Amino acid sequence: MHDVSAHAAQHHTPPQGFIRKHVFSLDHKVIGKQYYALALVAVFVGMVLSWIMRLHLGWTNLAIPGLHLLSKTGAPGDLMTPEYYLQLMTMHGTIMVFFVLTTAPFAAFGNFFLPIQVGAEDMPFPRFNMMSFWVTFVAFLVLISSFFVGDGPTLGGWTQYAPLNAVGAVGGPGEGLGVVLWAASIAIFCVGQLLGSLNFITTTLDLRVKGMSLMRLPLTAWAWFITSCMGLTAFAVLMPACILVILDHVAGTSFFVPSNLVINDQLQPHSGGSTLLWQHLFWFFGHPEVYIAIVPGMGIVSHVLITNMRRPLLSHRVMIGCMAAIAILSYMVYGHHMFVSGMNPFSSLAFSFPTLIITIPATIIVLLWIGSLYGSRLRINTASLFALGFISMFVAGGVSGFFLAQPSIDIMLHATYFVVGHFHMVMAVAAIFGIFAATYFWFPKMTGRMMNETLGKVHFWLSFVGTYCIFMPFHYLGIAANVRRYQAFVDEYLQPLIPVHRFITVAAIVTGVAQFIFLYNLIHSRFWGKPAPDNPWEATSLEWSTPTPPPFDNFGGKQPVVYHDPYQYGVQSSTGDYVMQASPEQVATEHEEK
Amino acid sequence: MATTVHEPPKIEPRRQPDNGNGGWRNLAPADGDGRVVQDYSPPPASTGIWVVVYAITMTFAALTSALIVRKGSSLDWQSFTLPSILYLNTALIVCSSVTLEIARRRVATLMGGVAIPGESPARWLYITLVFGLLFVTGQYVAWTRLRAEGLYLATNPSSSFFYLLTAAHVLHVLGGLIGLLYVIGKLRKSQLRRSTLDAASRYWHFVDILWVYLLLLLWMKL
Amino acid sequence: MAKFFAVTIIVIAIASAIPILRHTWPEPPDISVHGHLIDEQMSETMAEAGISFLAAQFILAIFIWKFSNRPKDAKISKFPGGARGLVIAAFLLVGTEVLALGIFGTRAWASVYFTPPSADAMPVQVQAGQFAFYFRYPGPDGKFGPLHASLINESNANFFGLDQTNDQDSKDDIVTAEMAIPVNREIHLLMHAKDVGHSFYVPELRVQQDFVPGLDLSIHFTATKIGRYEIVCTQLCGLGHYNMKAYLSVLSQVDFDDWLKKQAALQ
Repeated sequence: MHDVSAHAAQHHTPPQGFIRKHVFSLDHKVIGKQYYALALVAVFVGMVLSWIMRLHLGWTNLAIPGLHLLSKTGAPGDLMTPEYYLQLMTMHGTIMVFFVLTTAPFAAFGNFFLPIQVGAEDMPFPRFNMMSFWVTFVAFLVLISSFFVGDGPTLGGWTQYAPLNAVGAVGGPGEGLGVVLWAASIAIFCVGQLLGSLNFITTTLDLRVKGMSLMRLPLTAWAWFITSCMGLTAFAVLMPACILVILDHVAGTSFFVPSNLVINDQLQPHSGGSTLLWQHLFWFFGHPEVYIAIVPGMGIVSHVLITNMRRPLLSHRVMIGCMAAIAILSYMVYGHHMFVSGMNPFSSLAFSFPTLIITIPATIIVLLWIGSLYGSRLRINTASLFALGFISMFVAGGVSGFFLAQPSIDIMLHATYFVVGHFHMVMAVAAIFGIFAATYFWFPKMTGRMMNETLGKVHFWLSFVGTYCIFMPFHYLGIAANVRRYQAFVDEYLQPLIPVHRFITVAAIVTGVAQFIFLYNLIHSRFWGKPAPDNPWEATSLEWSTPTPPPFDNFGGKQPVVYHDPYQYGVQSSTGDYVMQASPEQVATEHEEK
Repeated sequence: MATTVHEPPKIEPRRQPDNGNGGWRNLAPADGDGRVVQDYSPPPASTGIWVVVYAITMTFAALTSALIVRKGSSLDWQSFTLPSILYLNTALIVCSSVTLEIARRRVATLMGGVAIPGESPARWLYITLVFGLLFVTGQYVAWTRLRAEGLYLATNPSSSFFYLLTAAHVLHVLGGLIGLLYVIGKLRKSQLRRSTLDAASRYWHFVDILWVYLLLLLWMKL
Repeated sequence: MAKFFAVTIIVIAIASAIPILRHTWPEPPDISVHGHLIDEQMSETMAEAGISFLAAQFILAIFIWKFSNRPKDAKISKFPGGARGLVIAAFLLVGTEVLALGIFGTRAWASVYFTPPSADAMPVQVQAGQFAFYFRYPGPDGKFGPLHASLINESNANFFGLDQTNDQDSKDDIVTAEMAIPVNREIHLLMHAKDVGHSFYVPELRVQQDFVPGLDLSIHFTATKIGRYEIVCTQLCGLGHYNMKAYLSVLSQVDFDDWLKKQAALQ
């Protein structure tokens, strides 16, 4: 076994035994798959939670058969209580944001492909890498355990605003033990992601093979690198914030609970805490977090699209620069979540302008994708369909950011379904389309088998149309001032909107059912799919130079040498219209970036 | 505990250009036209330690801003005098940095192939270890002093932050002590890498500087 | 497949725009003095966002239609202007667009937050607690008595924690569960949170402001249309969040004076 500081110069020996190979594995590829499996479990849990919520929103008095099995107190007689709706909503948000949108595009695919794409045998600190996954797994278990203990999970929403998150059980069901488990889970999760980021950054900087300069890294590698830099900053801030919440609960401190709070006629034994402090700490993490979810998607979409367009992007450097600009700006804009939360109104303006400016790099990225489509030889397959779908979603969700970046309009739209529609489209669904594109694209390399294209396309069509049917109407609801996080709509002005909610519910269930096609395709192809060739998509980056699936040390004892920029398509070479990065063949090219 | 090391610890081989790596100093990539300019890339431990330092800095920056906001927004803040043992602890941890730097230079000399007769390279590492343990004990004594004055974690925001920041820092010191033990273990087995030694000592200096910063913060704000 | 995809994108883009253009689910009518600034800002943003959305989707669809599944020997051509052109276009078009939005939007924001309430604005205090709003009018003396958190008692209907036996200023304070205000008179709303975070949202008034526990904020507004509106909570505050609401009656000055007298009698 190698020691913690081992790096590429040391040679691996493959592990023996089931546990070392598949459970406590140090191999980045196994760890990547473990992250993927965790995300897969989490996304289906999160999706079922969203179904229950949607059914309840459409038909508030509908008994959902079997719901009492989940919680007797939360759903007596299968009828959901108001607090249980909020508890499921909180869990839906937390599971999706942390355990799906962070783990799948970043930790799962990043772990599997970043070392291969830079030409390394493994990450430099494999033990930390293993810990990173298992710590994340424990975080997931801690979060899920809150379903089954005390009075259930916290109901405070994934943002866990203070002081509701800190006053304890008196605040409502799940606000005692539920919050402690939530905060503990997230603090543990932060540790896992910090360990992961450490490995990602050192892999990218130190383990590149000969010839792999920074500018020759594929855009996915760049995206993961930028994401890990963001994650390092964001998770390092969220972790202490969660610890402060736990201390307010178990140690009786008053970090977030101010004086003179009266709940149930009882004066609370806290004094002087600052509720806005939590919001500042949370959103300093929370806003970069949405880019942590989406930037790997940008990398994946570029990577998949370039391969299928048979040409590089119009500019490799501009793409990297824009992703980096988004990462840096993401720390200057977080206050736009707090325009009406009592922050100094001048700070609102100060946060508004960087938020508006962040549209510029985002626009350039979209223009680069669309502009590169011009004059290309686009191949349509499931992976490229999902990548193109990502662009459509990202634009649809991105333009609603114009509204929410402005404090004056935020007075109207804050905390309405407009916000829900915005972040689901631009961050959640777009990122999930990125995950799908990556799955259909890399599945052959990861498992050695092809996925079924026909099923994949059926999955795409249902997901693409279904997603628009679900999330576009959210924007209309928001403009009509439909407040979010309501378990039922009792206000008179909301009554005309209930049919829209029912339409969304039906769309959500149909789209959700379509995801089982994907699950079937994934499992079936894993065992009975067509065997995959080494380079099925005629792609150029290093992961396609190695056998399928890659051997334990990725390149079979050899170290590849890189001769070319990552995306040499549209050239004439002995292999066809592309030259692989590791191929010494010299070809005439108009695209090579110098 | 004195040990004699008969053979010098293994010198970490510089990676040769032929082994090829595109580390971050490798600015001119091999593109087949003979412009092969290679340098060795830093071992990941050297880069990694800066990553770790950055993450810990962010964590303490968050706690610092929490302290400033919490103090500024409330009327219930009660200042108290820091236990004087903290100044002794500060002297201890500063000394430990000095001894570690001595140790690092001696071991580095040894790795360069120059043996120092009659000298255990681990000696100064042990001294550093002792200083570190004394520091942790000293912090514990500081907590008992505060408890004796009736200042507990939840007594006042000022004491909350005191316990929180010092405990968070001690945890990082303990991490550094484990790192030192790891270095000593590797040294005794003659398997120490230069990068491991450097990384461990950089980390130790960092927690030292972090403590001086925290002391100033507590001194000014509490 | 590709052509079908392109058509689907265009159909979805147009279908998405129709409810906006037809105002199928309109925003609640504006009844405030400052609201038109927000509404104008909203329509300008909608126009720019809508054009960007439709243009991007259409061009995406057209390029997918034109450039997919071309023969292997089809020439790969570069977008006219290349990356440089796109970057300049993004800075010029989107950059000026969003900056203009930001600068003009400041006007609406300033009208709400940067102008102090006028001296004759009528003060009303609102307290948010799980899961109800209560309102307090200062009574004839024009002064609010101090709050004593320890005296809060729901069963005694002492929602604010007033000490009406000892505090002179509290004696004539009027506490109500419904808010009434005179039309065309500026209201200075003093916001106090009893327990956790809440928010005060009246869509028709174009007003939304969070209650921050431990920090008393204030906003001011003028209602211009007589009517009965709903005040809803928009900050997740616990299990009854969905049901936390109160009514806002905008009355003529005469009706308001009557209403206040009746409420005073009920104290």
